[in-house]
Amino acid sequence: MLMRDTAAEDLRLARITERRQARSRWVAHAILALGVLIFAFPIWITVVGSTHDVNTIGRGEVPLWFGSEAIANYVSAWTTGGSSVRTTGAVPAWLMLWNSVNMAVLIAVGKIAISLLSAYAVVFFSFPGRMVCFWLIFITLMLPVEVRIIPTFEVMVNLGLINSMSGLVVPLVASATATLLFRQFFLTIPDEYVEAAKIDGAGPLRFFKDVVLPLSVTNIAALFVILFIYGWNQYLWPLLIISDKDLETVVVGMTKMIGTSDAQNEWNVIMATAVLAMVPPVLVVIFMQRWFVKGLTETEK
Amino acid sequence: MATLSLSSVKKQFGQTQVLHGIDLEVQDGEMIVVVGASGCGKSTLLRIVAGLETPSSGTVRIDGRDVTKLEPADRDIAMVFQNYALYPHMSVFENMAFGLTLRKFPKEEIKRRVDNAARILDITSLLERKPKALSGGQRQRVAMGRAIVRDPKVFLFDEPLSNLDAKLRVQMRAEIRRLQKRLGVTSLFVTHDQVEAMTLGDRLVVMHQGRAAQVASPMDVWGTPADTYVAGFIGSPAMNFLKAELAAGGRAARLQAGPTLPFADGPRPGADTDPLTIGIRPEHVEHAPHAPDALPLAIELIEPLGSETVIHGRLPGGEVLVARLPLAASAIGAVLPVLLPAAAWHIFAAGGARLASSNPSPG
Repeated sequence: MLMRDTAAEDLRLARITERRQARSRWVAHAILALGVLIFAFPIWITVVGSTHDVNTIGRGEVPLWFGSEAIANYVSAWTTGGSSVRTTGAVPAWLMLWNSVNMAVLIAVGKIAISLLSAYAVVFFSFPGRMVCFWLIFITLMLPVEVRIIPTFEVMVNLGLINSMSGLVVPLVASATATLLFRQFFLTIPDEYVEAAKIDGAGPLRFFKDVVLPLSVTNIAALFVILFIYGWNQYLWPLLIISDKDLETVVVGMTKMIGTSDAQNEWNVIMATAVLAMVPPVLVVIFMQRWFVKGLTETEK
Repeated sequence: MATLSLSSVKKQFGQTQVLHGIDLEVQDGEMIVVVGASGCGKSTLLRIVAGLETPSSGTVRIDGRDVTKLEPADRDIAMVFQNYALYPHMSVFENMAFGLTLRKFPKEEIKRRVDNAARILDITSLLERKPKALSGGQRQRVAMGRAIVRDPKVFLFDEPLSNLDAKLRVQMRAEIRRLQKRLGVTSLFVTHDQVEAMTLGDRLVVMHQGRAAQVASPMDVWGTPADTYVAGFIGSPAMNFLKAELAAGGRAARLQAGPTLPFADGPRPGADTDPLTIGIRPEHVEHAPHAPDALPLAIELIEPLGSETVIHGRLPGGEVLVARLPLAASAIGAVLPVLLPAAAWHIFAAGGARLASSNPSPG
């Protein structure tokens, strides 16, 4: 009798718990769905807008479903940048994308290469002034590009690097953040590896290439994603240093496509360009994410 | 294959003197175990031999060649690390081959050596695996394999068994011993475990505070410890130390616990009432129910080991005495009559050094 009562009570409690869990799941999902809507809506507007003709958006309509001009708009954006209407003359999207990819890859690779080497030096070698070097690198964290942009610009002018890919990339390559991250990672590499390598007869460069680099693959992949997007989103510096249309990057070029009030903007082409500008970072994230998640799940110690 | 010789090796870290001048001659093919508590300098000593640390003064010679200033790679040594230090991104084969690859050995030679070492260690089936897919014992073998393929003059072992569980440790201990004998490579093995030291070494170096307290064969270290530190460190349960003073013109000791007992092996130098320490191992304490001169031991703790029982108790003077007796049962609080046979005594002077008989061949 007593037994049966307890069992029934337990069952009731279990049902209540189940219902409560189901309810909290619903709440969580509702909040998540709302978040997705807020984030995705502008992108949806852009994607949909890029498939209508120029007059639809020109009239102030905001269509929520696809139009029929998709192919024409994307072809126009890709090949000419919609220069048929604008008198200023636009740059075709393929060229801007190419420039942006170049810049972002060079910045990411350059940053990773330099910070790997400087972190390696700071962690594995003891030389006079090692900590001074480390702190000097660290202090530059407090000086973003914008703060030193005028002296940097002057240096680039004096070096004759205005309007060149080098001028665009080089000032952005030195990276305190990445150096710091690699330093922290290198500090977790056990001393025993260093010593085993010494006994095996590996010199510093050999140890770097055969041990440190393979162990850092995961970190490099993660940093590449972050730094590629950092490079891709650069706005102020390319705007200053590049006036040559052939070197226009897509983020800057897109804003230049939006004219002043008296000209009619080709919003459909601009939106198509914006959609195209989103593709490379998304591809990098998707591709590299698979790689570094694989690296993370195969954690080796 | 090679001899190893250290002469007055000293090491200082800042103000701290870690090694106070170590001298050691290791014979060809000998297994020397350096044993001591943590912080005694044993690892520093090994690292100096490996070339991972430079001595503040003194020289290290391998096969007569002065290697004190040479890089680890140029010393022709191999080392097995405590955490094995296997490169996690390389397969077992690559781990073992790494040192040979760097030395530009031809591919076939590398393969031959690795296969050979893998066969000796019974890890042939693991060659393609990554270290993370191996158990502790297997990693241990790979670490040994990495040392073997190099065919070095000296093996260095830095507490290689301390990360294994107890059963595996005993097994690997025997295996290392067999392997070392079979290959005949001069070896230096560092450990803090006295059982490991006793079972592995041809000779032991017992380190204490940066000095070699005693260098001798395991049985000599056990049978005639050089000082109270060595006596207390080697042997389990640890040796009992009883306060006493010299009596009867150096022929006997008056124990603090009461009786005055004559030495079994002749007189000691010194004046009467000079303080002494009498050491006696727990297994040498005798249970003597009918002896009239037995000492009463008040039992405080009983540890049954199966075949024997370890009894912790107090002597009349209040001194603690541990006895290892073939007793099945006894009760806490009971009084056990025990004898401390003088033939099993270790006699130490006030400073802790062994006090040998001034008459080395008694009757």
